[in-house]
Amino acid sequence: MAPPTQRSSERRAEPASSRSAPRPPSRPGRTRAGAGRGSPGPRRWAAAAFAAPLIVYLAAFYAYPLYRNIDLSLHDYTPRAFIQGDPEFVGTAILREVLTSDAFLPAVANTAVFTLVSIAVQYGAGLALAVFFRGSFPLSPVLRALFLTPWLLPMIVSASTWAWMLNSENGIVNAVLGAFGLGPVDWLTSPGWALVSVVVANIWLGIPFNLVILYSGLQNIPGELYEAAQLDGAGPWQRFVHITLPQLRPVSAVTLLLGLVYTLKVVDVIWIMTRGGPGDSSTTLAIWSYRAAFGTGRPDLSEAAAVGDLLILMALAAGLVYVYLRRREARP
Amino acid sequence: MTRLSSRRRSGLRWRPWSKTALGLVFTAAMLFPAYWMLNVSLTETADLRASPPHWYPKEPTLDGYAAVLGDQLPNLAASLLIGLGCVALTLAVAAPAGYALARLRTPGAGVIGFLLLVAQMIPGVVMAMGLYAAYVRLGWLNTVWGLVVADSTIAVPFGVMLFTAFMSTLPEEVLQAAKVDGAGVGRTFVSIVLPVSRNAVITVSLFAFLWAWSDFIFASTLARNGDLVPITLGIYDYIGNNTTQWNAIMATAVVASVPAGVLLVAAQRYVAGGVTAGAVK
Repeated sequence: MAPPTQRSSERRAEPASSRSAPRPPSRPGRTRAGAGRGSPGPRRWAAAAFAAPLIVYLAAFYAYPLYRNIDLSLHDYTPRAFIQGDPEFVGTAILREVLTSDAFLPAVANTAVFTLVSIAVQYGAGLALAVFFRGSFPLSPVLRALFLTPWLLPMIVSASTWAWMLNSENGIVNAVLGAFGLGPVDWLTSPGWALVSVVVANIWLGIPFNLVILYSGLQNIPGELYEAAQLDGAGPWQRFVHITLPQLRPVSAVTLLLGLVYTLKVVDVIWIMTRGGPGDSSTTLAIWSYRAAFGTGRPDLSEAAAVGDLLILMALAAGLVYVYLRRREARP
Repeated sequence: MTRLSSRRRSGLRWRPWSKTALGLVFTAAMLFPAYWMLNVSLTETADLRASPPHWYPKEPTLDGYAAVLGDQLPNLAASLLIGLGCVALTLAVAAPAGYALARLRTPGAGVIGFLLLVAQMIPGVVMAMGLYAAYVRLGWLNTVWGLVVADSTIAVPFGVMLFTAFMSTLPEEVLQAAKVDGAGVGRTFVSIVLPVSRNAVITVSLFAFLWAWSDFIFASTLARNGDLVPITLGIYDYIGNNTTQWNAIMATAVVASVPAGVLLVAAQRYVAGGVTAGAVK
């Protein structure tokens, strides 16, 4: 974002302590009365009043749903018990059932493939494009803006467009392959290709995010480093390996981690394109949870919530790693 | 020697445009699905099954868009309402909180920051399930209000973080001047801080609207009875019901992409800023 005002960016350069230091009074005589430094009480009340809506909001719309999710997973909620509110407490039985079910390992494997391949390719493509856009050339800002399109489109729009492009009989992808004598491939309806198809669509969706973050990371690498390396006779590839990559490491770590978090929880793309099928061939943990709760005529909220517990654990772990990375980055 | 330097000079003039050409190729490849959506939306139903598919609409028709006008107008209105409600709720919660965290030395600010971070990482399915269980009791299923609240959970953490970052860069003199004039914290916030934070307000509003407008998970779980159908569900139902009418589906998709297009053209600098600010979403 553009800095709010010129003045504020000057301000930032000053040490933070100057904030609390007494300012030179612009209107002598009234400053002391207005400063209110001696009375922290009202200030504290003001802080509490301003933060209160957020605290209430977090409690009602984050903490409570999370609690309910865990509660659902510890009870046997049949649809009837759900309506009547008298489920049997079963402890970790449902969680254990999920962990030992035949569907568990394939779902973990699908989640791993979907997530790791997606973020690896998104990151690679995003970095290549960020480096490409770094050197300014005519139209570069416009093209960079257009690259945001996949990220701004509603997920259902992108996913249904991809579904039609990959349609077995009428899709453009098979038509192009056919022109080269290949295919046709049942992209969305064969067990071998369904996961590949949703990964491809998801990569397309994630490139803009990687591009934007990595591009802004590149902007913060001092130009002198490149000039010095060039004087030493380093070629473009050497500069990339010895300057760009190491300098970009903190940004890369954050990008990959956030990519991981966002990819783990993807539901829309997969659900709209394949519904996790055929069979379970493109079912990830998030899809499993969604399908169990909302995707069939017979909702099994407890099973869905148990899978949800696993997703919460992963999110929490990622959150802790994220904080650790941020801390390490903040320290010089 | 002369040949080399002259080549170099012409090379210098030529190279930027060669990069532009390459950039155009990349962009075209990236935008191909969007083009294809537009193309199919203008294709006649009879031509949808053409093999190979037409690369451009040979006889463009607006039949698909007529279907949108016929079927989807109430859904567009529902999405608009939900989007605006989400903007209002998000601003009402996030802006004061951002001010408190940035300027009022709120006790426990570090904990709140961490909670917001984790909140953003919780999968939508989990939230949907918890909210579903709560809404059943509250009777909030299939209500505009229910979806406004659910969709705002995507935007509030982002909004608080953005407002906090923005408001901690505001010049102290401005706030001090208000204090000198005898304004309380509340009036300082309304008449000074908010107007100066216009950019942050715009960015947060844009994203809150876009995410609510694009939401599929909450809509498909918390509004399943069909009384309230946001546009994303409208598309989804289309896919489920009439798989032959892909021109109508794609026309709806094009219409549903309008807010994204407006953002891209009119508010591009806010968008890029929003993505990088705290590296969210």
